[in-house]
Amino acid sequence: MADEKKRTTIDLNNLKAGGFIKERGKDLFTVRLRVPGGRMTVPRLKKIAAVAEKYGGEFVHLSVRQSIELVNINFRDFDAVAAELGEGGQRVASCGARVRVPTACGGCEYNPNGLVDTQKSALEVDEKLFGTETGHHKFKVGFAGCPFDCPKSATNDVGFQGAVWPELNLNECIGCGLCIKSCTEGAIAADADGRPVFLPEKCTWCGDCVKVCPTEAWKAAKRGYTVRIGGKWGRHPLVGTLFATFLPEDRVVEFIAAVLAWYKENAEGLGRVRLGDIIISKGTDSLLSHLRSRFPEQVEEKTIPPQVIDTQVGDGIL
Amino acid sequence: MHTVDLRGVCCPTNFVKAKLALEMVDEGTVVELLLNDGEPVKNVPRSLKGEGHKLLGLKQAEEGHYVLTIEKVGE
Repeated sequence: MADEKKRTTIDLNNLKAGGFIKERGKDLFTVRLRVPGGRMTVPRLKKIAAVAEKYGGEFVHLSVRQSIELVNINFRDFDAVAAELGEGGQRVASCGARVRVPTACGGCEYNPNGLVDTQKSALEVDEKLFGTETGHHKFKVGFAGCPFDCPKSATNDVGFQGAVWPELNLNECIGCGLCIKSCTEGAIAADADGRPVFLPEKCTWCGDCVKVCPTEAWKAAKRGYTVRIGGKWGRHPLVGTLFATFLPEDRVVEFIAAVLAWYKENAEGLGRVRLGDIIISKGTDSLLSHLRSRFPEQVEEKTIPPQVIDTQVGDGIL
Repeated sequence: MHTVDLRGVCCPTNFVKAKLALEMVDEGTVVELLLNDGEPVKNVPRSLKGEGHKLLGLKQAEEGHYVLTIEKVGE
């Protein structure tokens, strides 16, 4: 009796970027929320809790990529869930072969290690590139504020790590010795008078010397991102490698867009392949020169291909 | 000279103990903090600088620990 059936209407535009993920049970979906950089205002959190209580299961899941996922959402409620979340300024995330929601560490306003504003970068990338179709596979971006790299930036397709280039003005130095002790890389040696000598080839640009220096003898002469490209995790993990240094914060979106353009073009016809595997098959020079034309001062002269992690299971041959 | 022995005290307890000790002295007082090598000597000076105190110097003692000299700034 087809005419007695109730027709379900769903606004399919809500599904365009993905974010609604099929669950085991009939009719049920997980709704992944868009939380760039993992920062969530308290009012938004309350709104999410209300929606989860009304439409979802008994719990929510905090995803590895800093999202809140509502579970056990009936597909008939998609429109209502999207609309009610929207009242609190909360939007649904992406999945599939698209640019995903960027991850980032807590933020330089309150984390004493932070060298750059990763939260701002994550929001910018989310605003400008969210959901962009790659035509091939997923595309992940992550921001770490310093070389501690809590967000594991090099496991992203494009990973950013905050960096400062320290510069020493010996006229201001009181010879306290704190920078020498603070430098875990051994990049600051002591001269005969116990005053610091900078060994730049050992420096990883963490800025610890600048942070501890009591007199501002050490200053940040340059600030930006160390950029690694081609990382991924999963069945066949790759760690991304160094493509650019001291990329200015305000050129991050432009940089990712340039990488995306290379990826789209070079993965053409190869199906569902991640960026790192394309770099391995095409070689690093092509991507380096593509990027160098736009970022001549930041892009490396040479680099190595994304580094394969041996999972020791299977033969690793695709 | 005020000396606060923070050897064998882990982060962040060593920093909090240093803060509490600094609360008890007047502005401008120079205090010596005894710190273990490793995390304490790396973290405590920077955190105290972040609180606005003036770092004056760091010396390794013969016994292996570090002596951080700082001047209290602010109330």
